[in-house]
Amino acid sequence: MAEPMKIRATLKGDVADVRILMLHPMETGQRKDAKGEIVPVHFIKNVVVMHNGKIVLDAQWSQAISRNPFLGIHVKGAKAGDKISVKWTDNKGETRTDETTVAAPS
Amino acid sequence: MLKLRGGIAAIFISVLFNNAFAADSLAVGREMLAEDNPGDLWVQRGERLFHEKRGPKKASFEACDFGLGPGKLEGAFAELPRYFPDTDRVQDLESRLVTCMMTLQGFTYQEAVKNHFGNLDHMSDMEALATFVASRSNGAKMNVRLSHQKEYDVFKAGEYIFHRRSGPLDFACATCHTENGKRIRLQDLPNMTDPAQIRAVVAGWPAYLGTKSTVLTMQNRLYECVWQMRLPDLGYLSDMSIALTTYLNHQGNGALIHVPGVRR
Repeated sequence: MAEPMKIRATLKGDVADVRILMLHPMETGQRKDAKGEIVPVHFIKNVVVMHNGKIVLDAQWSQAISRNPFLGIHVKGAKAGDKISVKWTDNKGETRTDETTVAAPS
Repeated sequence: MLKLRGGIAAIFISVLFNNAFAADSLAVGREMLAEDNPGDLWVQRGERLFHEKRGPKKASFEACDFGLGPGKLEGAFAELPRYFPDTDRVQDLESRLVTCMMTLQGFTYQEAVKNHFGNLDHMSDMEALATFVASRSNGAKMNVRLSHQKEYDVFKAGEYIFHRRSGPLDFACATCHTENGKRIRLQDLPNMTDPAQIRAVVAGWPAYLGTKSTVLTMQNRLYECVWQMRLPDLGYLSDMSIALTTYLNHQGNGALIHVPGVRR
């Protein structure tokens, strides 16, 4: 079902303020559904953020991260028009990659 | 002497700042949430569903009339609920979406209202669609007109229900929502007789709820209200729900629409 992420990247000086919203159930494996059965664990285990093809963040996540996670990072040395791409992989092997360009400060 | 004066000034400034901070600390958190509102993901998803060809007739919502003409979305939500001649009813956003799912896309009523409320186990298409359509009216002012007799009747019904005490707790909406400074536990309750407070309410629904990790529509919110009042379950798209929505939106006329809102 992997839905698109929402990524914003705006330049502040030579630092890009990158804000990423992801849509993911992030099941802890401890919640029970309406029938009383345990909902299997389902979480994003790896997030990679790339700046013009170069990895700037490679994060290992666990089920402790909230549902529909928000991630904010600052990327140094960015210029307007640079490409920021984000890829997540979850424990079921599903992935989603989205890309945005760094916007000039408004 | 100079030193003393400086000290007094410093204390004075720090008091000023402390007060400002205490009052604004909630607002700061709300602002942070609103800046990166997960509800925006529902708008994205709703936009995709809106243009997708769905149902037995393989049609999108692009020809759906929300009151301003087929496919016209900008500002349409600001005038809902309104009277629609084709169905001869006053309809809110969600009942209009259901009408289009039946007439344009060929779904049955049961299929159209299936999974109308999302929860932790499944997401609701209806909530995404409603959020998307409502968000197209962002920047417009709420302007519910009661120009048709049926609109006026529905508004009066809503006003009556708002003030009518009922149920095992002998409760009305007005019991909690007509005075300033009321709280339920730690939650401030809006006084819906105050134009500024009711506008803040109607401007931001559908809204993303942090505690539920999902977007709630006005229908869903009213269902929760009625459940909290220990009344029988509020029927989805029922006359009562539309009457209350009409009353509230009309009371909130002039509100600057900013959807999705974000709530705790």
